[in-house]
Amino acid sequence: MEEFLQHVINGLNLGAIYALIALGYTMVYGVLQLINFAHSEVYMVGAFASYYLARFTGIADKPGPIAFISCLVVSMITCSILGLTIERLAYRPLRSAPKLNILITAIGVSLFLQFSGQVVFGADPKVFPQLLEDASLVQWGMIELRLFDVVILAVAFASMFALRFFILSTKTGKAIRAVSQSPRTSSLMGISVNRMISITFILGSSLAGVGAVLVGLKYPKIEPLMGMMIGMKAFVSAVLGGIGNLPGAVVGGLLMGVCEEMVAGYLSSTYRDALAFGLLIVILLFKPNGLMGTTQVEKV
Amino acid sequence: MSQRWIGPAVALAVPFLVAAVATFGLDAYVQLIVLGVAINIILAASLNLVNGFCGQFSLGHAGFMALGAYSSAALSQHFHPFSGPMQVLNFVVYALFGGILAGVAGFLVGLPSLRLKGDYLAIVTLGFGEIIRVVFLNSDSLGGARGIHGILGFQSYFVSCVFAYLCMTITFLTLWRWTHSSYGRAFLSVREDEMAAECMGVDTTRTKVLAFVVSSFFAGLAGSLYAHIYTDLNPMTFQFNKSVDVVIMVVLGGMGSLSGSVISAFIVTVALEMLRSVGDLRMVLYALLLILLMILRPEGLLGSKELSDLWRKYARRRT
Repeated sequence: MEEFLQHVINGLNLGAIYALIALGYTMVYGVLQLINFAHSEVYMVGAFASYYLARFTGIADKPGPIAFISCLVVSMITCSILGLTIERLAYRPLRSAPKLNILITAIGVSLFLQFSGQVVFGADPKVFPQLLEDASLVQWGMIELRLFDVVILAVAFASMFALRFFILSTKTGKAIRAVSQSPRTSSLMGISVNRMISITFILGSSLAGVGAVLVGLKYPKIEPLMGMMIGMKAFVSAVLGGIGNLPGAVVGGLLMGVCEEMVAGYLSSTYRDALAFGLLIVILLFKPNGLMGTTQVEKV
Repeated sequence: MSQRWIGPAVALAVPFLVAAVATFGLDAYVQLIVLGVAINIILAASLNLVNGFCGQFSLGHAGFMALGAYSSAALSQHFHPFSGPMQVLNFVVYALFGGILAGVAGFLVGLPSLRLKGDYLAIVTLGFGEIIRVVFLNSDSLGGARGIHGILGFQSYFVSCVFAYLCMTITFLTLWRWTHSSYGRAFLSVREDEMAAECMGVDTTRTKVLAFVVSSFFAGLAGSLYAHIYTDLNPMTFQFNKSVDVVIMVVLGGMGSLSGSVISAFIVTVALEMLRSVGDLRMVLYALLLILLMILRPEGLLGSKELSDLWRKYARRRT
């Protein structure tokens, strides 16, 4: 029982990170109907950005809240700029092209960033510096609640609530929701569709940046290809919850994290990656719109 | 009427000619590239069927190739019906086995996923490719991470070259005849407007699944060729990157152009080898090429036309 609860805690941690990245996928799909394959690479670049910041400004030697927050900010800013650049250069020219073209371009951007990362950063894994001092907060028999776990959950949920506030309670958020429903009508209502799409990319990429630092906290090994697996799982989480649906992405992410922990803990660690795809195929077979998605009626 | 056998005769002669030139005129490194071109042509042409003619987006071609390769290798370890001078017929058996297994897998993957929108098929096929790779990576009976070494190979380079190019010719001719038939028109109708095709009586799900199964069959065939030519299999070969390679070949040649796929498979195989000198930058340039191609010339080299269309266009102009 205790082992089970420990797995649940670990799973929720992992799931919170998946949820952060899944939100990026789901938001971009909502406004552009595009699976942004490059999102996972944006996440990777964020991790490396904060790594280099920590290394070159000597923050690595002074762990603490200042180090953590500055890394978070740098990661978010870098990811936002990268996401914006990708949108401007690679996706905007193809706004009116067939869907297949933009999908292939997204894959191209993803590969470009992966391989450039290998050239620029070096293919060898680097060790993320310790930004906070880990401590055991609560010990209850075999279950242990560590500071890292709490920090990850707290920061992840704080970011998600900030996003929720932005999307539901601000005018810009309303404009983004309008664009995701109908870009043409939104532009008729005076909304700058291009600007809203750019803001969506900024939001999604910032969350990926937050996720990158949180992952660096718990799993300190970073390498240029780290984005691929976690991006795939985050995408599956988004589909699981219903792609285009923000709460769905969070639910999907948490569910994916917990399931993965269970599989790794009780079945076999080697098949944890295959779980993501297995889950995806099962969901697409039985409920293609995801757990919280609505059935789209296709009109002629 | 006597002209009707010229086409097939030329088609059958090409493999032997290519093999002769390659065996006696080139060094070992280039010889392998020649074989690689044949495999890539089969891969590109078969993927073009799904991506180009049917307008679906499959990202799992490497998975079907892996299935064909591993099953063919496994069969060759236990089953040798022919021996002596008829040894080469063994490979026909292995290739058919690999292809059929991959085709069945294509059916099992395609039937549920082709009901869904285009984006979803891409992800499902991607996931399937990864699952296959993970399964092979973790199954020690098939070599696990080290892979299978010392697979039964062809007797000589000449035989392997003839076999590879014969397979390529058969693949190409089959796909050509098929896409220029009523089935081909069904594919195109599904690509252009699925709703309208359905209204006109084309069973779109059946059409898409058919294209997917045949495409997987040829991918398995290519995999089997790969296994027996390189005699060494490794799960890392069949990663997502391999699927992307084939997608790039299809896109570069023109989605919907079989002759385009042949040309681009040749170009990409050769270019990848030539770029080896650039080292790490090779893959960066490769990805950049894909992005620029999609932004600047998404229809690729030949678009959806075939070489014969262009020839006819210019030949007609002269008279």
